[in-house]
Parts: sequence; structure tokens; C-alpha cells
Amino acid sequence: MSLVNYASREINCKIVYYGPGLGGKTTNLEYVYEKVAPSSKGKLISLATETERTLFFDFLPVDLGTIRGFRTRFHLYTVPGQVYYNASRKLILKGVDGVVFVADSQIDRTEANLEAMQNLYDNMTQHGYDLTRLPFVIQYNKRDLPNAAPIATLDASLNPGWPVEDGDRQKVTPDPFRPGEYLVKEVDGVWIERVPTFEAVAVRGEGVFDTLKAVSKLVLKSLG
Amino acid sequence: MTAPRAASWSFREEDSVRIRAVLLDFLRDASARTALLVDRAGQMLITVGEPPSFDPTAFASLTAADFSANDQLARLLGEGDFGTLFHQGEKESLYLADIARRVILVVLFDNRTTLGLVKLRMRAVVGDLTAIFTAMFTRETGTAGHVDASFVGEAEDELDKLFGTT
Repeated sequence: MSLVNYASREINCKIVYYGPGLGGKTTNLEYVYEKVAPSSKGKLISLATETERTLFFDFLPVDLGTIRGFRTRFHLYTVPGQVYYNASRKLILKGVDGVVFVADSQIDRTEANLEAMQNLYDNMTQHGYDLTRLPFVIQYNKRDLPNAAPIATLDASLNPGWPVEDGDRQKVTPDPFRPGEYLVKEVDGVWIERVPTFEAVAVRGEGVFDTLKAVSKLVLKSLG
Repeated sequence: MTAPRAASWSFREEDSVRIRAVLLDFLRDASARTALLVDRAGQMLITVGEPPSFDPTAFASLTAADFSANDQLARLLGEGDFGTLFHQGEKESLYLADIARRVILVVLFDNRTTLGLVKLRMRAVVGDLTAIFTAMFTRETGTAGHVDASFVGEAEDELDKLFGTT
């Protein structure tokens, strides 16, 4: 949960990168660390194994500077993707304000993506969080690989949407990030909401900032 | 799109003043160097005493992770949790205690005091802080730490500057 600290005049928000192992979560953070000005970032902490797999988490604070008298920071975390690290994954979700799911676009990672998405829903539920009511975006990483699945296939699998029960939200809502697409629309008489998605090649930095900026803006709006 | 809501809470100036007074008394009685309060999500709330020489943001994140991992270890052993943790170094040591299940008190101390004295004084300060935070979280129930629309607009502009416009 975001903390508005009136005593130290700070606002801190927590964003967690989630997804299957080797999907590119740490690569996202490393790119942000590499490209953001030194004055706008803190130390990048990686609790990783000797083979550079994330064991507990990666952590990078990004500083937006002082806005309306408040020093505003985003704390970026990744979780370990390997299935057997679930205990660690769950801990990192504590107090989360926004989630980025980093999916591996490769066709042979379909099952791993689905398993990680289900695991995200399960862990969020156990914390008492509702992923459909929290800032949440999906990144389709590794779009440059020859065996990358089509976006429509990934959408059908990982972003099928959920029914919108709230009458106030039952209105056609264009996707600001994908012209011609909609985040909320009526399908066969049922209002469905999907989450924003982004294509990326994280090793080259493509789509990394777009993804982070989108989830950050959703988190900021949720504070308003 | 409709902005989803994130849970949030606020830490007010008057909270800070009360807590700072409690911690200053504790540091004096325990002859400890520094007291820090970190929330369970890894965010630094307050630092009292000698200013730390380390990066407080990184420290807060690691503290929360350390405490959470040890909570899970306790459960594996059939314990509810470990209410306190102690890390002993050659010169510097850390003593950590849970406050109201939402906050962690971290005390840094060195050879000018003893573990026994720190532990003894911790009991009282944990009780005091638990009462203060419990009241604070009760007050916050159902309320979010809202910021005004102009803040959100300015923050979005800063994001565009930092990550580029698309």
C-alpha cells in the first residue's frame, strides 16, 4: 500500500514485476537502472543465486523528485520466477500498489506463463488483494524471437478479461496504449474488462519504459 | 479508464512527534545509537538518533524482507511468528521487533551498551509503539491517503520527463 508520509513529506509506491522464470523481470529492472539518471535512482539490490537467478527479489527505488512538496518515489521489485520459490514471491507482494506481469512470448512458455498468472491471482487473493481493482499491466516480452506467439494468442491466454459488475464502469473504454483496442467493452451482452498490454524486447530496452510509465500512472491515479 | 484504487495510509506530523519522543527516550535509556521504523512493505517511516551512514531506502527494503522471511521460518517451526530478531556483528548489532504486525522497529547499537539492556528497554518501547500504531491504523481504516488531482498531474509530467513521452 502506498504510504503518504506527512512527517518526512514523502510518498512511496510499490510496484512488483511478476511472471515466469527467465521471462525478463530482472532485465526490465536492469534496463531502468542503466538508463535512468543517477540523481533519479537508488541502489539496485539483487538477492540472486550464483547462477544469477533471482532468489528473493531485485529492488530498485526510482525517484520522481519533489512534487507539491512531497518527495515521490516508486519502489520497483521483481519476484523470483522459478516455481519452487513461491514463499518468497508471496512475501514480496505485501503492500503492493501496482503489478507488471512479464510474460515470455515464446510459444513453448505458454504453460509457464499461465501457471505464473494463476499463481499471481492465488497469492494476491491470499493477501486479500483484488487484482481486478489494482493497477495491473501485462508486458509481452521477447517479441523479437522467431517462436514468439501472436499477440492475439497471448491475449486469449493471459488477458481474457473479467466481467464488469459495476454499472458505473460499464462503458466502452478505449485502450490509451493500443489504438483501436478497448480495455472495457461489451462482448455478447457481457461487459468485459482487460488490462493494458505492452510488447517488449527488454534486453534492448524496447517497451520497458512504456510498461513502467503505464503502471506508474495507474498507481498515481489510484492515489487521487 | 477508471482508475483502480490502491490501499494507502498516511503517517501524520503529530504521529511523528509522538513516536520520535518515545524513541528518543528509549535510545537514551538503552544507550543505543539509532532507531528506525520500517513498514512491512519495506518503506522507511522514521529515523531517530544518530543519522545512519548507509542507504536508508535499501536498508528498509532488506529489513522488511528479512523480517518476512523469518516470519515464514517461524511458521515452519509451528510458531506464530518470531516477534524479535537479533543480528550480532563484531562492532555493530541490530535488534528488530514487530510492532502491531504492520511495522518493524530496528535498533542499531554498538559496544557502548549490552544486548541485555537493549532487550530490557525494548519491551517497554514495543508496548508503547504498539499502542500508538494500533490507534493510528484504526483511525486510517476505510480512509485512503488521498492526494489532490494537481499532484497526480504533476507527477505524470515528471514520469514523462523521466521515461520519455510515448
